[in-house]
Amino acid sequence: MADEPILSVRDLHTHFFADEGVVRAVDGTSFDLHSGRTLGIVGESGCGKSVTAKSILRIVERPGRIVSGQIMLRRQNGSTVDLTTLPTDGREMRSIRGGEIGLVFQEPMSSLSAFHTIGNQLMEGIRLHKDLSKRAIREQAIELLNMVGIPRPSQRIDSYSFELSGGLRQRVMIAMALAAEPRVLIADEPTTALDVTTQAQILDLIRRLQQERDLAVMLITHDMGVIAEMADDVVVMYLGKEVEKGPVDEIFHAPRHPYTQSLLRSIPSVLAEPRSRLATITGSIPHPFARPGGCPFHPRCPDRHAECETTVPAEVEIGENHVTACHLYTKVPA
Amino acid sequence: MSATTAENKVAVASQRQLIWWRFRKHKLALVSAFIVAAFYLVAMFADTIAYTEPFDTQSARSYIPPQPITWFDADGHFHPTVNALKGKRDPRTFKLSYAPDPGETRDLVLFGHGYEYRLFGLIPTDIHLLGVSNSRPQDALFLLGTDQLGRDVFSRLVLASRTSLTIGLVGVVMSLVLGVLLGGISGLYGGWIDVVIQRVIEILRSIPTIPLWMGLAAAVPNSWTPQQVYFAITLIISLIGWTELARVVRGRFLALREEDFITAAELAGASQMRIIFKHMVPSFLSHIIAAVSLALPAMIISETTLSFLGLGLRPPAISWGVLLQDAQNLQTLALAPWLLVVALPVIVVILAFNFLGDGLRDAADPYG
Amino acid sequence: MLAYLIRRVGLAVITIWAITIVTFIILQLPPGDFVDAYVAQASAMGTAISAGEAAALRHAYGLDQSVWVQYYKWMAHIVHGEFGQSFEYGRPVTEVIGDRLWLTILLSIGAIIVTWGLALPIGIYSAVRQYSIGDYIFTFIGFVGLAVPNFLLALIIMYVGLRVFNVSVGGLFSSEFQLAPWSWAKVWDLAGHLPVPMLILALAGTAQLVRIMRANLLDELRRPYVVTARARGLSERRVIMKYPVRAALNPFASTIGYLLPYTVSGSVIISVVLSLPTVGPLLLHSLISQDMLLGSTIILMLGVLTVFGTLLSDLLLMWIDPRIRLGQLK
Repeated sequence: MADEPILSVRDLHTHFFADEGVVRAVDGTSFDLHSGRTLGIVGESGCGKSVTAKSILRIVERPGRIVSGQIMLRRQNGSTVDLTTLPTDGREMRSIRGGEIGLVFQEPMSSLSAFHTIGNQLMEGIRLHKDLSKRAIREQAIELLNMVGIPRPSQRIDSYSFELSGGLRQRVMIAMALAAEPRVLIADEPTTALDVTTQAQILDLIRRLQQERDLAVMLITHDMGVIAEMADDVVVMYLGKEVEKGPVDEIFHAPRHPYTQSLLRSIPSVLAEPRSRLATITGSIPHPFARPGGCPFHPRCPDRHAECETTVPAEVEIGENHVTACHLYTKVPA
Repeated sequence: MSATTAENKVAVASQRQLIWWRFRKHKLALVSAFIVAAFYLVAMFADTIAYTEPFDTQSARSYIPPQPITWFDADGHFHPTVNALKGKRDPRTFKLSYAPDPGETRDLVLFGHGYEYRLFGLIPTDIHLLGVSNSRPQDALFLLGTDQLGRDVFSRLVLASRTSLTIGLVGVVMSLVLGVLLGGISGLYGGWIDVVIQRVIEILRSIPTIPLWMGLAAAVPNSWTPQQVYFAITLIISLIGWTELARVVRGRFLALREEDFITAAELAGASQMRIIFKHMVPSFLSHIIAAVSLALPAMIISETTLSFLGLGLRPPAISWGVLLQDAQNLQTLALAPWLLVVALPVIVVILAFNFLGDGLRDAADPYG
Repeated sequence: MLAYLIRRVGLAVITIWAITIVTFIILQLPPGDFVDAYVAQASAMGTAISAGEAAALRHAYGLDQSVWVQYYKWMAHIVHGEFGQSFEYGRPVTEVIGDRLWLTILLSIGAIIVTWGLALPIGIYSAVRQYSIGDYIFTFIGFVGLAVPNFLLALIIMYVGLRVFNVSVGGLFSSEFQLAPWSWAKVWDLAGHLPVPMLILALAGTAQLVRIMRANLLDELRRPYVVTARARGLSERRVIMKYPVRAALNPFASTIGYLLPYTVSGSVIISVVLSLPTVGPLLLHSLISQDMLLGSTIILMLGVLTVFGTLLSDLLLMWIDPRIRLGQLK
């Protein structure tokens, strides 16, 4: 386990400039990724989690772009580079995509081209970053498929994506993400579209690969259960801002931010009384063009007071590596 | 602060508002809407805007070039005039022909007198938009020149516009009826009816249309009156045109059938009719309107083509296609290039309808 | 895949059958039967047809019997390659049509190739460089192609060619080659005359296809698999050309089903305006003079050839789409 983070995001702001207004998709988030550790990013749909992942890889679509912040990557050759300063289609950034950071996406159904065999796409990923003969690349591709648990890989390599089930497709996606042996893996809702059994298998696979390759994993999900199972550290996001951040134990056993507490409360429990009401968070996510002033969560917060409507809370430390952005804690002495 | 209020408005706008906003953004579509409206206005007042009867042949006046209008007189006052025509007899052939006489001028007036007609088919009058003082317009005014038979091109153009634009409308209405009916049945009920209708549509689309039209149009007997021919041609054109509309309607119905709000209405016990008219139709009305405005130019082109070939409307009926027939060969064009001016309104109208239809189609899917 | 094949071929057969019916109707539409017309034409040209000959003709074509028999007999003749006599020219229809049919096919296929060759790159460019100046220019040209009916375009170009460039644009052959037998020189002459009509014919189709390509590509560009390809480290250009273009190519390729009939239709009119020795002017002429056997045969041939061409392209489409080959789509 390295002490130095392999990827450091500092105060990232990614905005979308649409005709009707500006959507502040990521509005100030910072976190570190370490080799061998998993960072979970959790929040409701639309809170900016995916945009964060895309920002790191510099593949945010127009009309979005990174407005400010830094993304420091420690490369395999030892040098450090700020990804926000690299040209998006430049050679360096392209070698980082796939070569240093791999991305697994959430929709296995449509994340693979239907017109090319999976082998074609897999081998392309290897070929872009490694200088090997065609035969060697094919062998490596078959080995990758084997590693992620695809049965009969030497035959499957020539199949088309629609011939595979969802679970198998997701495994292929993981193989593709790791094809060029990156040290960071970003998994954006890798199991959301899968059934529970397959979910468990995929998560096991990710954990195994992480151990084998000492990967730094960034796991994005809205499912607290997945976080509990996989993450070492957690970042809770709401409307593009991080509202709480800390080790997984702290977040689950001592959540401070009212939003985190609501999220945890709303998990249906096996131990709950039959016929008791499911806890929900009051209200709904505001329209991106109608952001509340002050603390973004205040309209739905059970503990809000006057200050919350006007001032954005700053982040405060409330424990070891545990920070939160909430006015309830800003008066805590340092 | 004003940014957030604008953003707030977007969040709560109704569907119609969203459609209107998106349409408005499409400046081109807006301009086109005005142009189309202007054209139909001209069609409505065709007899008023024309100043010479379209059948008024005077072979002596053949191939007179367009008359230039002098807008200001020698003192600089706004005084539009045109040159009068003087007859000259060719000493060798003894043929009488007319040419502009620079010495004599006639005043151009608004709302002058001309041939008699019925405004809106009801009110008899002889007032036209333009006229000349001291003369009948048919002897003195030739804004766009004359054709081989001495007929004023401007007036014929205006009246032809009326025919061409209305054939398009009638044809589209017929196609709409057929298309909505068949497309609706196909999309709503599915099953083997859908398969049959779809195959029919495919078959119709895979046959080259022009030869087919030509064959059908040629069969219209010469003995029929212009009105009967008019209807026959419209029928022939819309017999093929309905396929596109049917496809759009069917597609919409198919998509809508799966929508949850339709299932909700069914579960709530709404009758089939109510579901169709109150829930489904408003949903795709804007798509239909867009499809119609894209189908119109196709109709107009079809009629123009057929008439141009001599198989559609025939003289003495006038339409753009019939007028274009006069411009068909190079020798004629060399003598009287102004005959080609008919092309202008054709192109403008088709462009306008296309932009309009595009704008409507884009706006119809505010969430798309 | 077999199911797809059977469907397409079956549909083509039914379409051809429908065409024969429609053509037969057209044949019969003018008042009187065509033996009457034949007799009238013949006597106008100075040949007399005796009542016995006329009756024999009537019997051969089943005109003295019910419609079904007539249809059957007509079809029987056609299947044997006998399309009858052109009344006006006094020669078998096939002879009169002669070379013209091949030239029509050549013109149409040439126009389609031009259409694709132009529409594909322009479509891709317009989608990828949306809202750029190039996009607007192409959109404008596209609208011209869409808005100006091709015969009008031909007319205008003819006129401009004559007045401004002093060049005669019509015809497919220079005067010395028109009636000459085929030779390499004649082919060369043809090649020189083909571009202008092909371009005019292709313009409207290009405009339509560009819009389709642009719309489809814009759709595909937003899909997840494009993001995945980018995330792999592929350059932007390769990402676009290899993946979404490939996906957008399918609906693009399927447009040929409608492009072929459209182009064949267009070639008929353009040929009339530009006086090209293809089937077009012959068809018009025959219809106006009510030489129905000639006219309806041309319509029949055009229809059948179009369906054939469409079927071939459908088979091609089937070959390039792995989803159809492996039975995923119908």
